Amino acid sequence: MRTTVVHERPVRSGVSLPGRLAASEGASQLIAIAVLICIWWGFSRWGGINPFLLPAPETVWQRLAQQFASGQLLSDLLATIYSALAGFALSVVLGVPLGLAIARNRVANWFFTPIVSVGFPAPKLAFLPIFLLWFGVGVSSKIVMVTFAAFFIVVSSTAAGASFVPRPLLWSARSLGASERAILWQVVLPSSLPQILNGLQIALPVCLITTIAAEMYVGGAGIGGTMLSASRFADTPGVFAGLLASGALGALLVHLAAAVRVRILHWHAETRSGN
Amino acid sequence: MSRADPIAGGYLLRALEYLPLAILALAWEALVRSGLVSPSVLPPFSEVVIEFFRLAGNGVIFEHAAISLRRVVAGLGLAIVFGVGAGLLMASSRPVRVVLNPVLGLLYPLPKSALVPLFMLLLGLGDASKILLIFIGCLLPIVTNAFNGARGVDEKLMWSAANLGADRFELFRVRFNAALPDILTGCRTGVAFAFILLINAELIFGQDGLGYLIASTGGLGAYPTMFAVVLLVVALGFVADRLFGLIERQTLRWRTTA
Repeated sequence: MRTTVVHERPVRSGVSLPGRLAASEGASQLIAIAVLICIWWGFSRWGGINPFLLPAPETVWQRLAQQFASGQLLSDLLATIYSALAGFALSVVLGVPLGLAIARNRVANWFFTPIVSVGFPAPKLAFLPIFLLWFGVGVSSKIVMVTFAAFFIVVSSTAAGASFVPRPLLWSARSLGASERAILWQVVLPSSLPQILNGLQIALPVCLITTIAAEMYVGGAGIGGTMLSASRFADTPGVFAGLLASGALGALLVHLAAAVRVRILHWHAETRSGN
Repeated sequence: MSRADPIAGGYLLRALEYLPLAILALAWEALVRSGLVSPSVLPPFSEVVIEFFRLAGNGVIFEHAAISLRRVVAGLGLAIVFGVGAGLLMASSRPVRVVLNPVLGLLYPLPKSALVPLFMLLLGLGDASKILLIFIGCLLPIVTNAFNGARGVDEKLMWSAANLGADRFELFRVRFNAALPDILTGCRTGVAFAFILLINAELIFGQDGLGYLIASTGGLGAYPTMFAVVLLVVALGFVADRLFGLIERQTLRWRTTA
């Protein structure tokens, strides 16, 4: 039997953290943040570390407040969110149908499986200068870059999910006279949804990582661009401010995605068993 | 299973599986040669291949590749040693879990690329900042997989081992072996992360390495060279991933359900 490469690796590693470790999250994370800030503050008070290398928390806080007041923080956040989500949406729109095709169609499987198996582990950021050549220095290159980075994750998790639809489900649908179209929409898609969402939950942070990296390379609006110019001027408070802003944005997106998953899968055993 | 079929026909079939990549390369060549796409935007595939061999001939590309690989091996190696250790400790000790769990939870949503300028300022443009970035980035999948694997160990195995008089060290070995499949999955994810972060750091603040080579040749408009290096990076990522897959299969041969 011919095995599809995309099955070799069950797409779950990245989601195991919000899954298994979730029980003690929430409160303990707030405590962790508080403890880390205290340690940070302690170090800056102690004065043993050059404040150029480790600025005091209040300095960074002032920088954030100043960026917020001038409106720069908001416009940076919006620019980053726009590129990340536009790329994410495109990768879903293109990747889910291709993943379904790989799982359900022999020719698509034959043609795309080797391409996905080469594309999946490739460090996609290496293509950024190529996209700049093709799409110019601007937001469209960034969006193409983000789409490309997330695409293979979406495709392989969709293909993996749609290949393992329980046979009895398909048999029952067929014997009840469902058309191939109806089977795709009402059996294959819902049954592979948890796997597809696993892929999307891995792809979303990848989109943010890629957006920030692309902004650093291309420049322009966005958290990455601002961080890059801060580091060019050796402005450590600016770099720390960007780090905090991007961390908060990442946490927001990850938690939002987890909440959306529960919403979408409210009918699924996974949600009901409270996993 | 045809997967490890040793007869020649098996290898031929395996090679045929990659035929679509050859088709893709031919389509690339045809697209440029037919004039549909300008060669200034997309150098023909053949030209890129020739350029690759020219760079390989004078050794430039291997110098940069060696620098990049050194960083990946150092960062990933450290992440595997500390990550697997931390994951196993978290599984067996509650205090360790209580301390490390929230810290890892904070690290998870942080876009690792945002650490690039910070590490550059703290550690400079050389190896140290890149190795630290790869280490931090790879740590998370490795720790979580080791932790999940060690937690998911069938307790009956542990009871049997204890019953047979295993001491602490031997019990640890049982747990480690039972968790090995998950540990290796984590390491394989780590390999992919390592290459992403390497290219990320070298593209933005590089003086050497493959990421730097891509950025600098692209900046000079030497596109055939840039495409050749990009293809090499893709190939390296693929080979590293396959190599880990092979290690995974070799190590887990004893498992009946592998």
